[in-house]
Amino acid sequence: MNKENTVPALDLEQDTPTEQTIEEIVASLGDTVGQTRVDNPKMSVSNVDVFYADKQAIFGVDLDIANNEVISMIGPSGCGKSTLLRCLNRMNDTIPICRVTGDITLDGEGIYSKDTDPVLLRARVGMVFQKPNPFPKSIYENVAYGPRLHGLNRNRADLDDIVVNSLRKAGIYEEVKNRLDDAGTSLSGGQQQRLCIARTIACSPEVILMDEPCSALDPIATAKIEELIDELRENYAIAIVTHSMQQAARVSQRTAYFHLGKLVEVGDTDTIFTNPRHELTENYITGRFG
Amino acid sequence: MNTSMLFLVVAILIAIAYVVGRSRAATLRKNETPMHSLPRYYGYLTAICTALPAFAILIIWSIAEPAILKSSTISSLPSGIQSLPEGELDLVLNDIKNLATGGISQSADDSIRQAAATHYGETQGLSRLLKSIIVILAGLAGLLYGFKKIHSNTRARVGVERAIMIALIACSCIAIFTTLGIVLSVLFESLRFFNKVPFTEFAFGLHWSPQTSIRADQVGSSGSFGAVPIFAGTLLISAIAMLVAVPFGLMSAIYLAEYASSTVRAWAKPLLEILAGIPTVVYGFFAALTVAPLIRNVGESIGLDVASESALAAGLVMGIMIIPFVSSLSDDVITAVPQAMRDGSLGLGATKSETIKKVVIPAALPGIVGGILLAVSRAIGETMIVVMAAGLAANLTINPLEAVTTVTVQIVTLLTGDQAFDSPKTLAAFALGLMLFVTTLILNVIALHTVRKYREQYD
Repeated sequence: MNKENTVPALDLEQDTPTEQTIEEIVASLGDTVGQTRVDNPKMSVSNVDVFYADKQAIFGVDLDIANNEVISMIGPSGCGKSTLLRCLNRMNDTIPICRVTGDITLDGEGIYSKDTDPVLLRARVGMVFQKPNPFPKSIYENVAYGPRLHGLNRNRADLDDIVVNSLRKAGIYEEVKNRLDDAGTSLSGGQQQRLCIARTIACSPEVILMDEPCSALDPIATAKIEELIDELRENYAIAIVTHSMQQAARVSQRTAYFHLGKLVEVGDTDTIFTNPRHELTENYITGRFG
Repeated sequence: MNTSMLFLVVAILIAIAYVVGRSRAATLRKNETPMHSLPRYYGYLTAICTALPAFAILIIWSIAEPAILKSSTISSLPSGIQSLPEGELDLVLNDIKNLATGGISQSADDSIRQAAATHYGETQGLSRLLKSIIVILAGLAGLLYGFKKIHSNTRARVGVERAIMIALIACSCIAIFTTLGIVLSVLFESLRFFNKVPFTEFAFGLHWSPQTSIRADQVGSSGSFGAVPIFAGTLLISAIAMLVAVPFGLMSAIYLAEYASSTVRAWAKPLLEILAGIPTVVYGFFAALTVAPLIRNVGESIGLDVASESALAAGLVMGIMIIPFVSSLSDDVITAVPQAMRDGSLGLGATKSETIKKVVIPAALPGIVGGILLAVSRAIGETMIVVMAAGLAANLTINPLEAVTTVTVQIVTLLTGDQAFDSPKTLAAFALGLMLFVTTLILNVIALHTVRKYREQYD
């Protein structure tokens, strides 16, 4: 081996966390910078810790989600933003080793209290997933699925109305109105994702959670979904996890930056992207790491 | 030299060929000759060159030898015996072979046969000697040829690769040709049967009574071959079995795939698979000695007339036998439904059982149907349980409390004991076997087709 060509040794002491435990790093991050609370919140997260078996994934997060607003959650991979999102409608209940402590409220009522039925909660707090996951049923049946479960319709005509309205709100009605009986899986990726949004809207939720809804889509389909998110804001509280900072800047009013399971900074999207106050936030949005 | 000895000699020859070939190539390589492949490939190639001609001649000779010996022996016999009919001539030949190997002849005219036996023994000895010499010579010739081929222009590695490929193809052909052979032999025997009994009578006749008279003066056994009652019996017992196996198998699969914790799963799955490992003969006497009397007693106590060998008993036990089959196949397809489907349904506020009922099962349905069809063809072909627990009388009934018989039971009864192999009675077994084979084949094709279609949906 040619010794003259070796790269100078990296300054390991400073850059890698091998000497510190995650708990110590998180403690060193300090308190969350910015305004975590809003007036009249739709959902409120207080001092939430999440554990996967013994491993802690979320550290003492406080955050409010307001009505008629899109809040985006950004941060490097594995920072816990998806985990937190899945706590908001108790989807984490499906993972046996997952444990959540702290308080999360919806309209002031604790969603993890004993009185709350997670099934009803998930009807009120809908979720759109990273990968479009239409059921292997017809387009109509995909959208009618939720209303049928919850008995939202009195008769077939009602159901038809709900399906058409939901498809319309999701901006996909014109494209599929002549083939409602085709399989949902026969649509393109972007259409499938809008179908999944229509499916969520059909349950008349109050909050919509979106877990990287555009990560599997091309730019044109992404633009359509972003437009849609902006329209949906009028009627719903929306929380979106995204890896694209441009997307966060385009669709959201508030932005929360997570790092290693800790909420580092939260504030108006404009402020976060133009004038971040925490060093880590600045490093992330300027692309220095992540 | 006998054949096993000859095998040993050829094997040694092959080993020598390998060593010689390899060392020759290694020497050439050391002398800076640019060789295409590593020395061991030249060794393999030389060994193959030795083995191929030797074994080819050995096999051909072994196949041809009996025929040649036979014709040579016959021609040495007096013309009086030569003109005997085929069957008797075969008997005489057998006698001669017995004598030649030191046995005792059963016949009177010993001197002729003794002479023929001597002739037979001499010819056989000559043939064996010739065979040994020619096989070894062929091996040596191959070795020489292979040795001459060791030079820089021979691409030994390519040749060895091709030889390996051909060997693999030959192995897979054996399985295919065996199946083909069985199918054809069953088919031809069935055709012989259909020469004696019209196909329409077999396929649509309502009366099954295969006893035929062996002598002309026998009475009461005219033989009638209407297969409808036994196919109906087969369907009845299979249907009862599926009524047991499908619900229980499916439910246990759903529990294992969706609800069970990993510890329960780790215990329950092997336990279920033990059910599959119990020999069917054990199920058979369980059905005949425990379940059937139980059902008859229960039936009596509530005033029902139940046969001792009821279709119900055989069907129930067969169903229990098939449960692990259905459960394990369904478990696989249910587990293969993507988690995203479940998340989507749960995220819309469906409960776990709603999700399973409305999303998971419909998505897995083609695979489950495929699994069930495979189980059906297994139920139809199942033999041991029905032989022991089902009846022999071919009743055309759909009452599960009566005794019915199945195709497999009839095949067993037709072919056990001393039989003449040209009577319609025994040939009927082949026709039944053919029908059974065609039925299960069709079911399997449909099943595999649906399972494959299902796979394409998510991959």
